[in-house]
Amino acid sequence: MVTASNSRASSFGRIVLYAVLGLFCIYYLLPLYVMLVNSLKPLSEITAGGMMSLPRDWTFAPWLSAWSSAQVGVEATGLRPYFLNSIVMVVPAVALSTLVGALNGYVLTKWTFRGSTIVFGLLLFGCFIPFQMVLIPMARMLGLMGLAGSVAGLVFVHFVYGIGFSTLYFRNYYAAFPTELVRAAQIDGAGFFRIFLRILLPSSGPIAVVCIIWQFTNIWNDFLFGASFSDFSSQPMTVALNNLVQSSTGVKEYNVHFAGAIMAALPTLFVYIVAGRYFVRGLMAGSVKG
Amino acid sequence: MSFSEKANPRGSVGDRLRDALPRLVLSPSVAIVAIFVYGFIFFTLYLSFTDSRILPSFGWVGWHNYDNLFRIRAWDTAVSNLVVFGVLYIAICCALGLLLAILLDQRIRAEGFIRTIYLYPMALSFIVTGVAWKWFLDPGIGIEAVVQGWGWTDFKFNWIKDREMAIYTIVIAAVWQTSGFVMAMFLAGLRGIDGEMMKAAQIDGASTFALYRRIVIPQLRPAFMSAFVVLAHMAIKSYDLVIALTGGGPGTATELPATFMYSYTFTRNQMGIGAASAVIMLMTIAAIIVPYLWSELREKK
Repeated sequence: MVTASNSRASSFGRIVLYAVLGLFCIYYLLPLYVMLVNSLKPLSEITAGGMMSLPRDWTFAPWLSAWSSAQVGVEATGLRPYFLNSIVMVVPAVALSTLVGALNGYVLTKWTFRGSTIVFGLLLFGCFIPFQMVLIPMARMLGLMGLAGSVAGLVFVHFVYGIGFSTLYFRNYYAAFPTELVRAAQIDGAGFFRIFLRILLPSSGPIAVVCIIWQFTNIWNDFLFGASFSDFSSQPMTVALNNLVQSSTGVKEYNVHFAGAIMAALPTLFVYIVAGRYFVRGLMAGSVKG
Repeated sequence: MSFSEKANPRGSVGDRLRDALPRLVLSPSVAIVAIFVYGFIFFTLYLSFTDSRILPSFGWVGWHNYDNLFRIRAWDTAVSNLVVFGVLYIAICCALGLLLAILLDQRIRAEGFIRTIYLYPMALSFIVTGVAWKWFLDPGIGIEAVVQGWGWTDFKFNWIKDREMAIYTIVIAAVWQTSGFVMAMFLAGLRGIDGEMMKAAQIDGASTFALYRRIVIPQLRPAFMSAFVVLAHMAIKSYDLVIALTGGGPGTATELPATFMYSYTFTRNQMGIGAASAVIMLMTIAAIIVPYLWSELREKK
Protein backbone atom coordinates (compact mmCIF):
# COMPACT_ATOMS: atom_id res chain seq x y z
CA MET A 1 0.00 0.00 0.00
CA VAL A 2 2.86 2.34 -0.71
CA THR A 3 3.29 4.57 -3.69
CA ALA A 4 6.38 3.16 -5.29
CA SER A 5 8.57 5.96 -6.45
CA ASN A 6 12.25 6.50 -5.97
CA SER A 7 12.51 10.23 -6.26
CA ARG A 8 14.47 12.21 -3.72
CA ALA A 9 11.27 13.59 -2.21
CA SER A 10 10.12 10.11 -1.40
CA SER A 11 13.34 9.13 0.33
CA PHE A 12 13.03 12.31 2.41
CA GLY A 13 9.51 11.19 3.19
CA ARG A 14 10.83 7.84 4.41
CA ILE A 15 13.22 9.58 6.79
CA VAL A 16 10.39 11.67 8.24
CA LEU A 17 8.28 8.52 8.50
CA TYR A 18 10.91 6.66 10.46
CA ALA A 19 11.54 9.70 12.65
CA VAL A 20 7.85 9.93 13.53
CA LEU A 21 7.67 6.21 14.27
CA GLY A 22 10.79 6.55 16.40
CA LEU A 23 9.30 9.43 18.38
CA PHE A 24 6.27 7.34 19.15
CA CYS A 25 8.54 4.53 20.33
CA ILE A 26 10.04 6.99 22.79
CA TYR A 27 6.57 8.07 23.89
CA TYR A 28 5.52 4.51 24.66
CA LEU A 29 8.80 3.55 26.30
CA LEU A 30 9.16 6.68 28.40
CA PRO A 31 7.11 5.53 31.43
CA LEU A 32 8.96 2.21 31.44
CA TYR A 33 12.26 4.06 31.32
CA VAL A 34 11.16 6.32 34.17
CA MET A 35 10.15 3.34 36.29
CA LEU A 36 13.33 1.46 35.58
CA VAL A 37 15.96 4.17 36.12
CA ASN A 38 14.25 5.56 39.19
CA SER A 39 13.99 2.14 40.78
CA LEU A 40 17.77 1.95 40.66
CA LYS A 41 18.71 5.27 42.24
CA PRO A 42 18.67 6.68 45.77
CA LEU A 43 15.61 8.72 46.75
CA SER A 44 17.64 11.93 47.02
CA GLU A 45 18.43 11.89 43.30
CA ILE A 46 14.72 11.77 42.46
CA THR A 47 13.67 14.52 44.81
CA ALA A 48 16.50 16.70 43.50
CA GLY A 49 14.78 16.80 40.12
CA GLY A 50 16.70 14.01 38.44
CA MET A 51 13.79 11.82 37.38
CA MET A 52 14.83 11.67 33.75
CA SER A 53 18.55 11.09 34.26
CA LEU A 54 20.35 7.82 34.69
CA PRO A 55 21.29 6.97 38.27
CA ARG A 56 24.53 8.50 39.51
CA ASP A 57 24.74 6.01 42.36
CA TRP A 58 23.36 2.74 41.08
CA THR A 59 21.62 0.90 43.86
CA PHE A 60 19.53 -2.20 44.13
CA ALA A 61 18.24 -1.26 47.59
CA PRO A 62 14.80 -0.04 46.40
CA TRP A 63 14.15 -3.45 44.83
CA LEU A 64 15.11 -5.27 48.00
CA SER A 65 12.98 -2.97 50.05
CA ALA A 66 9.97 -3.28 47.75
CA TRP A 67 10.32 -7.04 47.77
CA SER A 68 10.80 -7.79 51.42
CA SER A 69 10.66 -4.86 53.82
CA ALA A 70 8.56 -1.95 52.57
CA GLN A 71 5.45 -0.92 54.45
CA VAL A 72 2.39 -2.33 52.67
CA GLY A 73 -0.77 -1.32 54.45
CA VAL A 74 -0.15 -1.96 58.12
CA GLU A 75 2.69 -4.44 57.85
CA ALA A 76 6.27 -4.02 56.72
CA THR A 77 6.42 -7.22 54.70
CA GLY A 78 7.31 -5.89 51.29
CA LEU A 79 5.42 -7.16 48.27
CA ARG A 80 6.66 -10.74 48.39
CA PRO A 81 3.65 -12.33 50.16
CA TYR A 82 1.28 -10.58 47.76
CA PHE A 83 3.24 -11.64 44.73
CA LEU A 84 2.85 -15.21 45.95
CA ASN A 85 -0.87 -14.63 46.56
CA SER A 86 -1.24 -13.54 42.97
CA ILE A 87 0.51 -16.64 41.70
CA VAL A 88 -1.58 -18.94 43.87
CA MET A 89 -4.67 -17.12 42.62
CA VAL A 90 -3.77 -17.01 38.93
CA VAL A 91 -2.72 -20.58 38.25
CA PRO A 92 -5.89 -22.48 39.22
CA ALA A 93 -8.20 -19.74 37.95
CA VAL A 94 -6.56 -19.78 34.51
CA ALA A 95 -6.46 -23.57 34.33
CA LEU A 96 -10.10 -23.99 35.30
CA SER A 97 -11.55 -21.32 33.06
CA THR A 98 -9.50 -22.50 30.08
CA LEU A 99 -10.54 -26.12 30.51
CA VAL A 100 -14.20 -25.27 30.88
CA GLY A 101 -13.98 -22.83 27.97
CA ALA A 102 -12.56 -25.56 25.74
CA LEU A 103 -15.41 -27.94 26.53
CA ASN A 104 -17.99 -25.20 26.06
CA GLY A 105 -16.51 -24.18 22.74
CA TYR A 106 -16.59 -27.81 21.62
CA VAL A 107 -20.25 -28.22 22.52
CA LEU A 108 -21.25 -24.88 21.02
CA THR A 109 -19.72 -25.68 17.63
CA LYS A 110 -19.84 -29.44 17.13
CA TRP A 111 -22.92 -30.36 19.15
CA THR A 112 -25.10 -27.39 18.52
CA PHE A 113 -28.69 -27.54 19.68
CA ARG A 114 -31.67 -25.30 19.34
CA GLY A 115 -30.86 -22.09 21.17
CA SER A 116 -27.11 -22.69 21.40
CA THR A 117 -26.35 -19.33 19.80
CA ILE A 118 -28.51 -17.61 22.37
CA VAL A 119 -26.73 -19.49 25.16
CA PHE A 120 -23.44 -18.35 23.73
CA GLY A 121 -24.67 -14.76 23.48
CA LEU A 122 -25.75 -14.85 27.12
CA LEU A 123 -22.37 -16.27 28.18
CA LEU A 124 -20.60 -13.60 26.17
CA PHE A 125 -22.60 -10.69 27.52
CA GLY A 126 -21.35 -11.72 30.95
CA CYS A 127 -17.83 -10.67 29.89
CA PHE A 128 -18.84 -7.11 29.28
CA ILE A 129 -21.02 -6.22 32.24
CA PRO A 130 -19.59 -3.65 34.63
CA PHE A 131 -18.52 -5.78 37.55
CA GLN A 132 -19.84 -3.14 39.92
CA MET A 133 -23.12 -4.86 39.21
CA VAL A 134 -22.04 -8.10 40.91
CA LEU A 135 -19.89 -6.79 43.77
CA ILE A 136 -22.59 -6.63 46.41
CA PRO A 137 -24.18 -10.06 45.89
CA MET A 138 -20.78 -11.67 45.29
CA ALA A 139 -19.48 -10.37 48.60
CA ARG A 140 -22.47 -12.00 50.30
CA MET A 141 -22.20 -15.19 48.31
CA LEU A 142 -18.51 -15.61 49.14
CA GLY A 143 -19.45 -15.15 52.77
CA LEU A 144 -22.09 -17.87 52.52
CA MET A 145 -19.62 -20.17 50.80
CA GLY A 146 -17.04 -19.55 53.50
CA LEU A 147 -14.62 -18.07 50.99
CA ALA A 148 -14.77 -14.44 52.07
CA GLY A 149 -11.39 -12.73 52.19
CA SER A 150 -9.48 -15.76 50.92
CA VAL A 151 -7.38 -16.49 47.88
CA ALA A 152 -9.71 -19.41 47.12
CA GLY A 153 -12.56 -16.92 46.91
CA LEU A 154 -10.64 -14.87 44.36
CA VAL A 155 -9.87 -18.00 42.35
CA PHE A 156 -13.57 -18.75 42.27
CA VAL A 157 -14.55 -15.23 41.22
CA HIS A 158 -11.98 -15.11 38.43
CA PHE A 159 -12.95 -18.55 37.23
CA VAL A 160 -16.62 -17.57 37.07
CA TYR A 161 -16.07 -14.36 35.13
CA GLY A 162 -13.38 -15.93 32.95
CA ILE A 163 -15.69 -18.55 31.45
CA GLY A 164 -17.20 -16.17 28.90
CA PHE A 165 -13.97 -15.17 27.19
CA SER A 166 -12.51 -18.69 27.27
CA THR A 167 -15.66 -20.00 25.62
CA LEU A 168 -15.47 -17.24 23.01
CA TYR A 169 -11.92 -18.19 22.05
CA PHE A 170 -12.51 -21.91 21.74
CA ARG A 171 -15.85 -21.50 20.06
CA ASN A 172 -14.43 -19.29 17.33
CA TYR A 173 -11.46 -21.59 16.92
CA TYR A 174 -13.45 -24.82 16.76
CA ALA A 175 -15.96 -23.24 14.38
CA ALA A 176 -13.24 -23.34 11.73
CA PHE A 177 -12.37 -26.95 12.54
CA PRO A 178 -13.73 -29.32 9.86
CA THR A 179 -16.98 -30.77 11.14
CA GLU A 180 -16.64 -33.69 8.68
CA LEU A 181 -13.83 -35.08 10.80
CA VAL A 182 -16.04 -35.06 13.85
CA ARG A 183 -18.86 -36.66 11.93
CA ALA A 184 -16.60 -39.37 10.54
CA ALA A 185 -15.29 -40.20 14.00
CA GLN A 186 -18.83 -40.35 15.25
CA ILE A 187 -19.79 -42.83 12.57
CA ASP A 188 -16.79 -44.88 13.61
CA GLY A 189 -18.35 -45.07 17.03
CA ALA A 190 -16.29 -42.52 18.90
CA GLY A 191 -18.13 -40.81 21.73
CA PHE A 192 -18.36 -37.23 22.85
CA PHE A 193 -15.27 -37.15 25.04
CA ARG A 194 -13.22 -39.39 22.80
CA ILE A 195 -13.72 -37.08 19.85
CA PHE A 196 -12.77 -34.13 21.99
CA LEU A 197 -9.65 -35.74 23.45
CA ARG A 198 -8.41 -37.47 20.30
CA ILE A 199 -9.43 -35.10 17.51
CA LEU A 200 -9.98 -31.54 18.70
CA LEU A 201 -7.70 -31.26 21.69
CA PRO A 202 -4.48 -32.25 19.89
CA SER A 203 -4.90 -29.34 17.48
CA SER A 204 -5.98 -26.83 20.10
CA GLY A 205 -2.47 -25.76 21.05
CA PRO A 206 -2.50 -22.27 19.57
CA ILE A 207 -5.89 -21.26 20.92
CA ALA A 208 -5.08 -22.72 24.32
CA VAL A 209 -1.99 -20.50 24.44
CA VAL A 210 -4.07 -17.49 23.40
CA CYS A 211 -6.65 -18.23 26.05
CA ILE A 212 -4.15 -18.92 28.82
CA ILE A 213 -2.25 -15.73 28.09
CA TRP A 214 -5.41 -13.65 27.99
CA GLN A 215 -6.73 -15.08 31.24
CA PHE A 216 -3.35 -14.84 32.92
CA THR A 217 -2.92 -11.18 31.96
CA ASN A 218 -6.46 -10.25 32.93
CA ILE A 219 -6.48 -12.04 36.24
CA TRP A 220 -2.99 -10.95 37.24
CA ASN A 221 -3.86 -7.34 36.42
CA ASP A 222 -7.27 -7.34 38.07
CA PHE A 223 -7.75 -4.79 40.79
CA LEU A 224 -11.48 -4.45 41.41
CA PHE A 225 -12.13 -8.00 42.60
CA GLY A 226 -8.90 -8.07 44.54
CA ALA A 227 -9.76 -4.85 46.33
CA SER A 228 -13.33 -5.96 47.02
CA PHE A 229 -12.97 -9.57 48.11
CA SER A 230 -9.60 -9.97 49.80
CA ASP A 231 -8.36 -9.18 53.27
CA PHE A 232 -4.87 -8.23 54.37
CA SER A 233 -3.51 -11.75 54.12
CA SER A 234 -4.99 -12.60 50.70
CA GLN A 235 -4.47 -9.40 48.72
CA PRO A 236 -3.15 -9.82 45.20
CA MET A 237 -0.17 -7.90 43.88
CA THR A 238 -2.10 -5.03 42.28
CA VAL A 239 -3.90 -4.20 45.51
CA ALA A 240 -0.71 -4.41 47.52
CA LEU A 241 1.12 -2.17 45.05
CA ASN A 242 -1.64 0.41 45.34
CA ASN A 243 -1.43 0.25 49.13
CA LEU A 244 2.33 0.63 48.99
CA VAL A 245 2.07 3.75 46.85
CA GLN A 246 -0.90 5.35 48.59
CA SER A 247 0.28 4.74 52.14
CA SER A 248 0.53 8.17 53.68
CA THR A 249 2.88 7.43 56.54
CA GLY A 250 6.41 8.73 56.40
CA VAL A 251 8.45 9.80 53.39
CA LYS A 252 7.24 8.83 49.95
CA GLU A 253 9.85 6.44 48.67
CA TYR A 254 9.34 6.91 44.96
CA ASN A 255 12.20 4.59 44.03
CA VAL A 256 10.59 1.78 46.06
CA HIS A 257 7.23 2.48 44.41
CA PHE A 258 8.78 2.22 40.96
CA ALA A 259 10.54 -1.01 41.86
CA GLY A 260 7.26 -2.41 43.14
CA ALA A 261 5.44 -1.31 40.00
CA ILE A 262 7.96 -3.14 37.82
CA MET A 263 7.59 -6.25 39.96
CA ALA A 264 3.83 -6.16 39.47
CA ALA A 265 4.35 -5.69 35.73
CA LEU A 266 7.09 -8.27 35.20
CA PRO A 267 5.05 -11.48 34.91
CA THR A 268 2.67 -10.11 32.28
CA LEU A 269 5.42 -8.22 30.53
CA PHE A 270 7.50 -11.38 30.38
CA VAL A 271 4.62 -13.32 28.87
CA TYR A 272 4.04 -10.50 26.39
CA ILE A 273 7.65 -10.48 25.26
CA VAL A 274 7.88 -14.27 24.99
CA ALA A 275 4.50 -14.85 23.37
CA GLY A 276 3.36 -11.44 22.17
CA ARG A 277 1.88 -12.86 18.99
CA TYR A 278 -0.61 -14.92 20.95
CA PHE A 279 -1.38 -12.03 23.25
CA VAL A 280 -2.28 -9.84 20.30
CA ARG A 281 -4.37 -12.61 18.79
CA GLY A 282 -6.28 -12.86 22.04
CA LEU A 283 -6.85 -9.14 22.17
CA MET A 284 -8.15 -9.10 18.64
CA ALA A 285 -10.35 -12.15 19.06
CA GLY A 286 -11.87 -10.48 22.07
CA SER A 287 -12.90 -7.49 20.00
CA VAL A 288 -12.93 -8.16 16.30
CA LYS A 289 -14.61 -11.17 14.80
CA GLY A 290 -12.60 -14.32 15.33
CA MET B 1 -24.32 -28.91 11.37
CA SER B 2 -26.30 -30.14 14.28
CA PHE B 3 -25.71 -33.64 15.54
CA SER B 4 -28.15 -33.83 18.31
CA GLU B 5 -31.12 -33.92 16.04
CA LYS B 6 -32.14 -37.21 17.58
CA ALA B 7 -30.86 -40.24 15.79
CA ASN B 8 -33.29 -42.22 17.85
CA PRO B 9 -36.05 -40.37 19.65
CA ARG B 10 -37.21 -43.32 21.72
CA GLY B 11 -33.82 -44.83 22.52
CA SER B 12 -32.66 -46.52 25.69
CA VAL B 13 -31.55 -44.59 28.74
CA GLY B 14 -27.98 -44.90 27.54
CA ASP B 15 -28.84 -43.41 24.18
CA ARG B 16 -30.69 -40.56 25.76
CA LEU B 17 -27.84 -39.92 28.11
CA ARG B 18 -25.49 -39.85 25.16
CA ASP B 19 -27.74 -37.40 23.37
CA ALA B 20 -27.92 -35.20 26.41
CA LEU B 21 -24.21 -35.40 27.19
CA PRO B 22 -23.15 -32.25 25.31
CA ARG B 23 -25.81 -30.23 27.05
CA LEU B 24 -24.86 -31.78 30.37
CA VAL B 25 -21.27 -30.70 29.83
CA LEU B 26 -22.40 -27.18 29.05
CA SER B 27 -24.88 -26.98 31.89
CA PRO B 28 -22.52 -26.13 34.78
CA SER B 29 -21.32 -23.07 32.87
CA VAL B 30 -24.86 -22.10 32.06
CA ALA B 31 -25.85 -22.50 35.69
CA ILE B 32 -22.85 -20.49 36.89
CA VAL B 33 -23.56 -17.68 34.48
CA ALA B 34 -27.28 -17.80 35.25
CA ILE B 35 -26.56 -17.31 38.93
CA PHE B 36 -23.42 -15.20 39.04
CA VAL B 37 -24.16 -12.93 36.12
CA TYR B 38 -27.90 -12.74 35.60
CA GLY B 39 -29.01 -13.66 39.10
CA PHE B 40 -26.61 -11.12 40.54
CA ILE B 41 -27.71 -8.46 38.08
CA PHE B 42 -31.25 -9.06 39.20
CA PHE B 43 -30.22 -8.95 42.86
CA THR B 44 -28.43 -5.63 42.47
CA LEU B 45 -31.33 -4.28 40.44
CA TYR B 46 -33.63 -5.24 43.27
CA LEU B 47 -31.34 -3.67 45.89
CA SER B 48 -31.45 -0.42 43.99
CA PHE B 49 -35.13 -0.19 44.91
CA THR B 50 -34.57 -0.93 48.60
CA ASP B 51 -33.46 0.92 51.71
CA SER B 52 -30.13 -0.98 51.90
CA ARG B 53 -27.47 0.96 53.77
CA ILE B 54 -24.45 -0.87 55.21
CA LEU B 55 -25.96 -4.30 54.46
CA PRO B 56 -28.56 -5.44 51.97
CA SER B 57 -32.04 -5.00 53.30
CA PHE B 58 -35.32 -5.48 51.56
CA GLY B 59 -37.58 -2.59 52.44
CA TRP B 60 -39.03 -1.41 49.15
CA VAL B 61 -38.55 2.31 48.51
CA GLY B 62 -39.44 2.55 44.82
CA TRP B 63 -37.46 5.09 42.79
CA HIS B 64 -36.21 6.86 45.87
CA ASN B 65 -32.54 5.88 45.39
CA TYR B 66 -32.58 7.01 41.77
CA ASP B 67 -34.19 10.31 42.75
CA ASN B 68 -31.47 10.80 45.33
CA LEU B 69 -28.71 9.68 43.02
CA PHE B 70 -29.49 12.36 40.48
CA ARG B 71 -29.52 14.96 43.19
CA ILE B 72 -26.08 14.06 44.51
CA ARG B 73 -23.50 16.46 43.22
CA ALA B 74 -20.74 13.83 43.25
CA TRP B 75 -22.76 11.69 40.81
CA ASP B 76 -23.23 14.69 38.58
CA THR B 77 -19.47 15.23 38.63
CA ALA B 78 -18.84 11.55 37.95
CA VAL B 79 -21.15 11.50 34.94
CA SER B 80 -19.84 14.70 33.39
CA ASN B 81 -16.28 13.48 34.00
CA LEU B 82 -17.17 10.26 32.23
CA VAL B 83 -18.49 12.20 29.25
CA VAL B 84 -15.34 14.34 29.02
CA PHE B 85 -13.04 11.39 29.62
CA GLY B 86 -14.94 9.01 27.35
CA VAL B 87 -15.19 11.36 24.38
CA LEU B 88 -11.55 12.41 24.53
CA TYR B 89 -10.29 8.92 25.25
CA ILE B 90 -12.16 7.35 22.35
CA ALA B 91 -11.42 10.17 19.91
CA ILE B 92 -7.70 10.41 20.69
CA CYS B 93 -7.20 6.64 20.76
CA CYS B 94 -8.92 6.28 17.39
CA ALA B 95 -7.04 9.18 15.80
CA LEU B 96 -3.69 8.07 17.17
CA GLY B 97 -4.38 4.41 16.45
CA LEU B 98 -5.35 5.15 12.87
CA LEU B 99 -2.34 7.40 12.30
CA LEU B 100 0.08 4.82 13.69
CA ALA B 101 -1.55 2.01 11.72
CA ILE B 102 -1.27 3.94 8.46
CA LEU B 103 2.35 4.87 9.17
CA LEU B 104 3.20 1.28 10.04
CA ASP B 105 1.52 0.04 6.90
CA GLN B 106 4.14 1.67 4.64
CA ARG B 107 6.38 -1.41 4.41
CA ILE B 108 8.34 -0.42 7.45
CA ARG B 109 11.49 -2.25 8.29
CA ALA B 110 11.36 -3.72 11.80
CA GLU B 111 7.60 -3.32 11.80
CA GLY B 112 7.14 -6.21 14.21
CA PHE B 113 9.57 -4.69 16.67
CA ILE B 114 7.90 -1.27 16.57
CA ARG B 115 4.48 -2.86 16.95
CA THR B 116 5.71 -4.71 20.01
CA ILE B 117 6.77 -1.42 21.56
CA TYR B 118 3.49 0.33 20.75
CA LEU B 119 1.42 -2.45 22.19
CA TYR B 120 3.24 -3.47 25.36
CA PRO B 121 1.31 -1.09 27.66
CA MET B 122 -1.75 -3.28 27.07
CA ALA B 123 -0.02 -6.05 29.00
CA LEU B 124 0.37 -3.86 32.09
CA SER B 125 -2.04 -3.45 34.94
CA PHE B 126 -3.80 -0.08 35.12
CA ILE B 127 -2.38 0.16 38.62
CA VAL B 128 1.16 0.00 37.25
CA THR B 129 0.28 2.57 34.59
CA GLY B 130 -1.31 4.73 37.25
CA VAL B 131 1.75 4.61 39.49
CA ALA B 132 4.15 5.42 36.67
CA TRP B 133 2.12 8.40 35.43
CA LYS B 134 1.23 9.57 38.94
CA TRP B 135 4.87 10.31 39.74
CA PHE B 136 5.78 11.31 36.23
CA LEU B 137 3.07 14.01 36.26
CA ASP B 138 3.70 15.01 39.87
CA PRO B 139 4.85 18.64 39.83
CA GLY B 140 7.20 18.07 42.78
CA ILE B 141 9.41 15.41 41.19
CA GLY B 142 8.07 14.70 37.71
CA ILE B 143 8.13 16.38 34.35
CA GLU B 144 7.61 19.89 35.76
CA ALA B 145 10.54 19.61 38.15
CA VAL B 146 12.71 18.04 35.46
CA VAL B 147 12.07 20.72 32.84
CA GLN B 148 12.55 23.44 35.42
CA GLY B 149 15.84 21.78 36.33
CA TRP B 150 16.88 22.01 32.67
CA GLY B 151 16.59 25.79 32.88
CA TRP B 152 13.01 26.60 31.85
CA THR B 153 12.14 27.80 35.34
CA ASP B 154 8.72 29.09 34.24
CA PHE B 155 7.59 25.71 32.99
CA LYS B 156 4.37 24.57 34.64
CA PHE B 157 2.63 21.25 34.34
CA ASN B 158 0.57 20.58 37.42
CA TRP B 159 -2.65 19.27 35.90
CA ILE B 160 -2.74 16.35 38.29
CA LYS B 161 -3.05 18.75 41.22
CA ASP B 162 -5.47 21.05 39.43
CA ARG B 163 -9.21 20.44 39.91
CA GLU B 164 -10.02 21.73 36.45
CA MET B 165 -7.34 19.80 34.59
CA ALA B 166 -6.91 16.57 36.57
CA ILE B 167 -9.42 14.63 34.46
CA TYR B 168 -7.18 15.19 31.45
CA THR B 169 -4.32 13.37 33.17
CA ILE B 170 -6.58 10.31 33.27
CA VAL B 171 -7.04 10.71 29.53
CA ILE B 172 -3.27 10.97 29.01
CA ALA B 173 -2.51 7.78 30.92
CA ALA B 174 -5.44 5.83 29.46
CA VAL B 175 -4.54 6.82 25.90
CA TRP B 176 -0.96 5.78 26.53
CA GLN B 177 -2.14 2.37 27.66
CA THR B 178 -4.71 1.61 24.97
CA SER B 179 -3.79 3.47 21.78
CA GLY B 180 -1.37 0.74 20.70
CA PHE B 181 -4.19 -1.76 20.86
CA VAL B 182 -6.38 0.45 18.66
CA MET B 183 -3.43 0.70 16.28
CA ALA B 184 -3.33 -3.10 16.07
CA MET B 185 -7.06 -3.23 15.32
CA PHE B 186 -6.75 -0.70 12.51
CA LEU B 187 -3.65 -2.37 11.17
CA ALA B 188 -5.52 -5.65 10.94
CA GLY B 189 -8.26 -3.78 9.10
CA LEU B 190 -5.79 -2.19 6.69
CA ARG B 191 -4.25 -5.56 5.92
CA GLY B 192 -7.68 -6.83 4.95
CA ILE B 193 -8.27 -4.19 2.30
CA ASP B 194 -8.34 -5.26 -1.30
CA GLY B 195 -5.06 -4.28 -2.96
CA GLU B 196 -6.52 -4.26 -6.48
CA MET B 197 -8.78 -1.34 -5.72
CA MET B 198 -5.84 0.61 -4.36
CA LYS B 199 -3.79 -0.06 -7.46
CA ALA B 200 -6.64 1.01 -9.72
CA ALA B 201 -7.04 4.26 -7.84
CA GLN B 202 -3.31 4.89 -7.99
CA ILE B 203 -3.26 4.37 -11.72
CA ASP B 204 -6.10 6.86 -11.99
CA GLY B 205 -3.73 9.31 -10.34
CA ALA B 206 -5.30 9.62 -6.92
CA SER B 207 -3.01 11.29 -4.39
CA THR B 208 -2.02 9.27 -1.32
CA PHE B 209 -4.18 11.51 0.84
CA ALA B 210 -7.23 11.08 -1.39
CA LEU B 211 -6.55 7.36 -1.54
CA TYR B 212 -6.78 7.05 2.23
CA ARG B 213 -9.69 9.43 2.63
CA ARG B 214 -11.83 8.03 -0.16
CA ILE B 215 -10.95 4.35 -0.27
CA VAL B 216 -9.07 3.12 2.75
CA ILE B 217 -10.74 4.82 5.69
CA PRO B 218 -14.31 4.08 4.58
CA GLN B 219 -13.38 0.41 4.40
CA LEU B 220 -12.18 0.50 7.98
CA ARG B 221 -15.70 0.97 9.26
CA PRO B 222 -15.85 -2.46 10.98
CA ALA B 223 -12.55 -1.74 12.72
CA PHE B 224 -13.92 1.62 13.87
CA MET B 225 -17.01 -0.10 15.18
CA SER B 226 -14.99 -2.63 17.17
CA ALA B 227 -12.65 0.04 18.48
CA PHE B 228 -15.56 2.20 19.54
CA VAL B 229 -17.31 -0.62 21.37
CA VAL B 230 -14.16 -1.80 23.14
CA LEU B 231 -13.06 1.70 24.13
CA ALA B 232 -16.51 2.86 25.23
CA HIS B 233 -16.96 -0.13 27.46
CA MET B 234 -13.47 0.28 28.90
CA ALA B 235 -14.17 3.96 29.58
CA ILE B 236 -17.37 3.19 31.46
CA LYS B 237 -15.67 0.50 33.51
CA SER B 238 -12.59 2.64 34.27
CA TYR B 239 -11.80 2.24 37.91
CA ASP B 240 -8.27 1.01 38.60
CA LEU B 241 -6.55 3.78 36.70
CA VAL B 242 -8.38 6.53 38.56
CA ILE B 243 -7.70 4.89 41.91
CA ALA B 244 -3.98 4.56 41.21
CA LEU B 245 -3.48 7.88 39.43
CA THR B 246 -5.53 10.38 41.39
CA GLY B 247 -7.67 8.42 43.86
CA GLY B 248 -10.60 10.38 42.44
CA GLY B 249 -9.07 13.68 43.51
CA PRO B 250 -8.11 16.42 43.93
CA GLY B 251 -11.34 16.52 45.93
CA THR B 252 -13.83 14.79 43.67
CA ALA B 253 -12.38 16.21 40.46
CA THR B 254 -11.70 12.85 38.82
CA GLU B 255 -14.49 10.69 40.22
CA LEU B 256 -16.07 8.42 37.62
CA PRO B 257 -19.24 6.35 37.99
CA ALA B 258 -17.18 3.26 38.85
CA THR B 259 -15.38 5.00 41.73
CA PHE B 260 -18.62 6.63 42.84
CA MET B 261 -20.34 3.26 43.01
CA TYR B 262 -17.54 1.76 45.07
CA SER B 263 -17.28 4.54 47.60
CA TYR B 264 -21.05 4.93 48.08
CA THR B 265 -21.52 1.20 48.52
CA PHE B 266 -18.55 0.22 50.63
CA THR B 267 -17.28 3.30 52.43
CA ARG B 268 -20.30 5.58 52.72
CA ASN B 269 -22.74 2.76 53.49
CA GLN B 270 -25.34 3.91 50.97
CA MET B 271 -25.75 0.53 49.33
CA GLY B 272 -29.11 1.37 47.75
CA ILE B 273 -27.65 4.38 45.99
CA GLY B 274 -24.52 2.43 45.05
CA ALA B 275 -26.68 -0.28 43.51
CA ALA B 276 -28.67 2.33 41.59
CA SER B 277 -25.46 3.78 40.15
CA ALA B 278 -24.30 0.30 39.14
CA VAL B 279 -27.60 -0.26 37.35
CA ILE B 280 -27.10 2.93 35.38
CA MET B 281 -23.58 1.80 34.42
CA LEU B 282 -24.95 -1.53 33.26
CA MET B 283 -27.68 0.10 31.19
CA THR B 284 -25.16 2.34 29.47
CA ILE B 285 -22.86 -0.55 28.63
CA ALA B 286 -25.75 -2.74 27.53
CA ALA B 287 -26.92 -0.03 25.15
CA ILE B 288 -23.54 -0.28 23.42
CA ILE B 289 -22.72 -3.97 23.74
CA VAL B 290 -26.04 -5.68 23.07
CA PRO B 291 -26.54 -4.34 19.52
CA TYR B 292 -22.89 -5.11 18.81
CA LEU B 293 -23.06 -8.73 20.01
CA TRP B 294 -26.39 -9.12 18.27
CA SER B 295 -24.99 -8.12 14.90
CA GLU B 296 -21.78 -10.13 15.37
CA LEU B 297 -23.59 -13.33 16.27
CA ARG B 298 -26.15 -12.95 13.52
CA GLU B 299 -23.50 -12.42 10.89
CA LYS B 300 -21.71 -15.54 11.98
CA LYS B 301 -24.65 -17.80 11.38
